[in-house]
Amino acid sequence: MADIDIAEEIPLPAQQRPPVVTSGVIGWLRANLFNSVFNTILTILAVYLLVLTVPPLIRWAFIDAVWDAPNGQACRGEGACWAFIGEKWRFIFFGRFPYDAQWRPLFVVVIIIGLVLASCDRRLWGRRLILLWPAGLVVVGVLMSGGVFGLRYVPSEYWSGLPLTLILAVVGMLFAFPFAILLALGRRSNLPAVRVVSVAYIELVRGVPLITVLFMASVMLPLFLPEGVTIDKLLRAQVAFILFAAAYLAEVVRGGLQAIPKGQIEAADALGLGYWRRTRLIVLPQALAMVIPPLVNNFIGAFKNTSLVLIIGLFDLLNTANTALTDSNWQGFASETYVFVAAIYFCFCFFMSRYSQRLERTLNRGHRR
Amino acid sequence: MAVQTVATPSRPAPWRDPKIRAIAVQVVFVAVLAAFVAFLVHNTIVNLRRQNIATGFGFLDREAAFGIGESLIPYSPADTYARAFLVGLVNTLYVSALGIVLATLLGTVMGLARLSSNWLVAKLAAIYVETFRNIPLALQLLFWWALLRGSAPPPREAWELLPGVFISNRGITFPVPFAETAYFWMAIAFAAGLVITVAVRRWAKRRQERTGQQFPTGWAGLGLALGLPAIVFLGYGLPLRLDVPALRGFNFAGGTAMSPEFGALLIGLVVYTGTFIAEIVRAGILAVSWGQSEAAMALGLRSGQRMRLVVLPQALRVIIPPMTSEYLSLTKNSSLAVIIGYPDLVSIANTTLNQTGQAVEGIAMIMAVYLAISLLISLFMNLYNRAVALVER
Repeated sequence: MADIDIAEEIPLPAQQRPPVVTSGVIGWLRANLFNSVFNTILTILAVYLLVLTVPPLIRWAFIDAVWDAPNGQACRGEGACWAFIGEKWRFIFFGRFPYDAQWRPLFVVVIIIGLVLASCDRRLWGRRLILLWPAGLVVVGVLMSGGVFGLRYVPSEYWSGLPLTLILAVVGMLFAFPFAILLALGRRSNLPAVRVVSVAYIELVRGVPLITVLFMASVMLPLFLPEGVTIDKLLRAQVAFILFAAAYLAEVVRGGLQAIPKGQIEAADALGLGYWRRTRLIVLPQALAMVIPPLVNNFIGAFKNTSLVLIIGLFDLLNTANTALTDSNWQGFASETYVFVAAIYFCFCFFMSRYSQRLERTLNRGHRR
Repeated sequence: MAVQTVATPSRPAPWRDPKIRAIAVQVVFVAVLAAFVAFLVHNTIVNLRRQNIATGFGFLDREAAFGIGESLIPYSPADTYARAFLVGLVNTLYVSALGIVLATLLGTVMGLARLSSNWLVAKLAAIYVETFRNIPLALQLLFWWALLRGSAPPPREAWELLPGVFISNRGITFPVPFAETAYFWMAIAFAAGLVITVAVRRWAKRRQERTGQQFPTGWAGLGLALGLPAIVFLGYGLPLRLDVPALRGFNFAGGTAMSPEFGALLIGLVVYTGTFIAEIVRAGILAVSWGQSEAAMALGLRSGQRMRLVVLPQALRVIIPPMTSEYLSLTKNSSLAVIIGYPDLVSIANTTLNQTGQAVEGIAMIMAVYLAISLLISLFMNLYNRAVALVER
């Protein structure tokens, strides 16, 4: 056996270069920003872009901004006019709701956010939560419309701002959900007539924009009703939302139904369960648990979609902001207002999307084993 | 001798027979549904008669008598409602098609950027996606519109973004080359280059199967598709004269202008849909396991080949179906144009039904058009999907 002298095989370089720094700030920079020629160019471009955009933005939003001003004239300048938001925030949040009774919509917002937060906690999932929702919504309805317990009656055309947005989204999803389950079951049904009607409904609604459904609700729904029956504008928009959201939710639920192994259904049949008991006890609990993350994503979409009701003249959060802009004493502060409202929408949507991602991870962990 | 009797299952009573029950349930279902629809139709007819609104599509031949801000086809207020609808349809298709192309580019770049090993680039892309995905599109449209229309300076003080590209409250103005005959022949040369590339590709494939030798088809194709038009361009003596916008009086003359409404709609649609496409692209590429890349490296494929032959075909399979629904939603979202007053199909139909009161017909027409567009896009994307789908036994 021949000994191989490794030192002879591989000649050492006469002078070794010092090892590349891999720790500390310089090491991090080298590994993450300058690890190749292409990345170096990208980094330089990105830094250039940041230098070009960030300082002017900061100057606009903070340094040159006016925080306090009596009217629009005093507020005009290089920077943002946050005094406008200070003047109008109550109108943007609560709109045309009677000023002295605006504690009521405030409570409504707190209740709805509380209910949503409670629904986010997995430890609370159960029968009690399902009973809590209708109770909460009844309180919301009483607080908004009044007329009992000495509260002043406020007709629904004065409901506006953030409470209206939240009500449209939450009530829309709650009522769309059972309808969506029926549609999804109908689409998977063995009965051709039921299947055809479900498929036609789902594809028709998913094929048209929400605006057309809203238009239809605001223009055609009054035509559909018998003479003498009127239906108020908010309810019409709410119906449109429910009908629209149900079609999208139905597809999500169908995803869950399709993922149920056939053995589960056969086992239920072998136990002698009929269609409805099989669906209620075996199929739906498994199917719905599987589709919770996409359901949350759908909820985010519905929340963003509520902003479209401004087209049919409802005063949701976006429309109250738009209305605030028409004040003749304060002209031309659109950017500030839209940035403010965008921040509100962002907080809600970002929280929900983070929640959905976390939920997906935890739920997947159980399945993967 | 014992007689063996085979117990034949007795027929169940009719009300327990699943087949009969299925038929009965369906008959009841259809009857209830039909009664409900008949009730609605009856009410509608009664209501329309009471309000003295004529039904039918006869109004389409009447004079529209309203102006439309921008149109790709000739239109005047003296034209018919049908013509106005056509203008709206063309505008919708135009902004959707442009939006789909630009959103795909932006989304792909941002999706790849989020996967970049460059920390700064990945973070910037993540900030873009998280911000614009979580703000309603209607709000974004209003914001861009306010920015282009309200905050942008008048033409005299227009921002010059690039030489010749101006942003003012009249919209975005940019230079276009004057039409030359050379451009026609350059287009022909480009098409010829593509045809030759296809032929070369076929030949190269056959040669590789026969001899194993590879031919750089990509480079040859690029050379042909760009080189041939370049030769024509040189042959005509570099005929490049730009129609540069210049300030004349209170507005720009020359070049092409994009109205603030169109600009806001396009920017809003592209920026919003781009975030969703970025997430789809990212998920698609992450779905291809690293082992595939390692196997490709073990086979000795270079990085370009690895991407083109191994990673992309598998990633596309994951990417195409959700991409289809993004394209569909972009097209449907273009109807939000009505908020900022860009004359798309919905906004023109809205004007029409306010003028004529023909709500049922107007809404039916919009719905029919969007359904047709949706079905067409799904059809094309399904065909493409079938082309890239996994071929199983």
